[in-house]
Amino acid sequence: MNDSKDTVKRRVALKVLATTLGAGAFATALAPIQQFTDSTNVQEWLQKHYRELSSREIREVLARLEAETKQKYGREVTIQDIRPQAGVQFAYALNLSLCIGCRRCVEACHKENNHDRASHNAYIRVLEMEQGSMDMERGRADYDHPVRADDKFYLPVQCQQCENPPCTKVCPVEATWQEPDGIVVVDYNWCIGCRYCEAACPYHARRFNWRKPEIPAAEINPNQSYLSNRIRPQGVVEKCTFCLHKTRQGQLPACLEACPTGARVFGNILDESSSIRWVLENKRVYVLKEELGTKPRFFYFFDK
Amino acid sequence: MVSLPRGAPAPHARRRPRAATLTWSAPFALAFAVGACGNRDARERIFAPPTEAATGDAALHAVTIHQPRWLEAISTRETDALGRPVEVRCETCHSTQQLALPTGTANLRGPHAAMHFEHGSNQCASCHDPAHYNRLRLATGESIAMTAAMQLCAQCHGPQARDYQHGAHGGMSGYWDLRRGPQIRNHCADCHDPHAPRFPQFSPAPPPRDLPAAHRASGASHE
Repeated sequence: MNDSKDTVKRRVALKVLATTLGAGAFATALAPIQQFTDSTNVQEWLQKHYRELSSREIREVLARLEAETKQKYGREVTIQDIRPQAGVQFAYALNLSLCIGCRRCVEACHKENNHDRASHNAYIRVLEMEQGSMDMERGRADYDHPVRADDKFYLPVQCQQCENPPCTKVCPVEATWQEPDGIVVVDYNWCIGCRYCEAACPYHARRFNWRKPEIPAAEINPNQSYLSNRIRPQGVVEKCTFCLHKTRQGQLPACLEACPTGARVFGNILDESSSIRWVLENKRVYVLKEELGTKPRFFYFFDK
Repeated sequence: MVSLPRGAPAPHARRRPRAATLTWSAPFALAFAVGACGNRDARERIFAPPTEAATGDAALHAVTIHQPRWLEAISTRETDALGRPVEVRCETCHSTQQLALPTGTANLRGPHAAMHFEHGSNQCASCHDPAHYNRLRLATGESIAMTAAMQLCAQCHGPQARDYQHGAHGGMSGYWDLRRGPQIRNHCADCHDPHAPRFPQFSPAPPPRDLPAAHRASGASHE
């Protein structure tokens, strides 16, 4: 009898202990919700994937992000949702005979895309290459001497907007995908920051926001879009979008406008009269790491 | 002919008949040549908007070539009381002074003395019109306005002129889609000093700061 009483007591004690532990674990798991101080965070937490948002929901998200930017960075900005144009496939070409390695494209990218000022981040790396070498892995990005150096050439590398992108395939949550006009984009609010895409990109074109980007209010570019240059949250991956907030409205990308030599050619590859089409038809263009089968939309060529 | 053969219009002619309104008076005339002489608009319209019939499209916005201000004036390297650079138009001196055009650069005087020349074996009169100091002279002997200088450049630099004509040489800004906005293109002389046209060496923007520290220390290849 005593034994059975003891057993019952032990069972009750175990139940109480398990319940306490379970409740504690549950509370810990939900702790982030307790830290939510205003409704904005809840809305952000509950936000759907970009491609599942209705037009009404998109408007609410954009308004919320604009308010957040105002609150965190002290600047009125316009964040648009700019969709791809029908009949447009973007492509880019770069004349390596003209590029002098001045990094003005990098500076323009840094400013246009609201990059973190402290890390001086940008989507373009200009590699200084030995004449005769085509291997981008042997290029140097840290050169700092007057350009163009006589025995070198310069290879600016940014997202190649591959037709067969390895980066989108490895994303475990489909936070990055290719749009109908060829631009590979990231939903920064859906990205979990695992950086698989960064590892998968053969062109080192993706960047990770290790810290919350810091930009003085006066330097923020207020012309923003959801999928491109809005200020990214900490802990997400970002990449070149061919400045889709400009290019989807017919404008040239910032890196091209900054180029002092006219080495960059951009346009709609479906337009027979476009400059990009003329370059592809008349110059001996090549792509980086062709053997990987990524089919870049970014082409390089030499004049001679 | 520097660019496309006249009998075979390029595909682009269907949408942008650039050549349609231009004078093909000289064999070196190019589609982008500035038309009217003496037009001193800062930005001169060069491509006429195509007609509705030609395109079946909404009228396209213009592509204009930026005109460097100093094409018709030179710097005195001096500044006025407000600190602005003082420029002098060619006629200021050359309408009153009858000087023989020098054959070389050695005996240049006055505002031209400090100029740097490094443009092949060209002499002054290779490009400047000896009869009109504020004009240029093509190889055919035809006198053209300073603002039409690109026509002159194209005489020798055919491949560059061809690439320029197709938007593959020279900086630009504005719109790639001319249905939605205009485009502004650099003039040859915006980037190339006509007297020493080689693009100069200069310091680049600072190198990236986000490269891995190991890379900077060892000097290994990037990333």
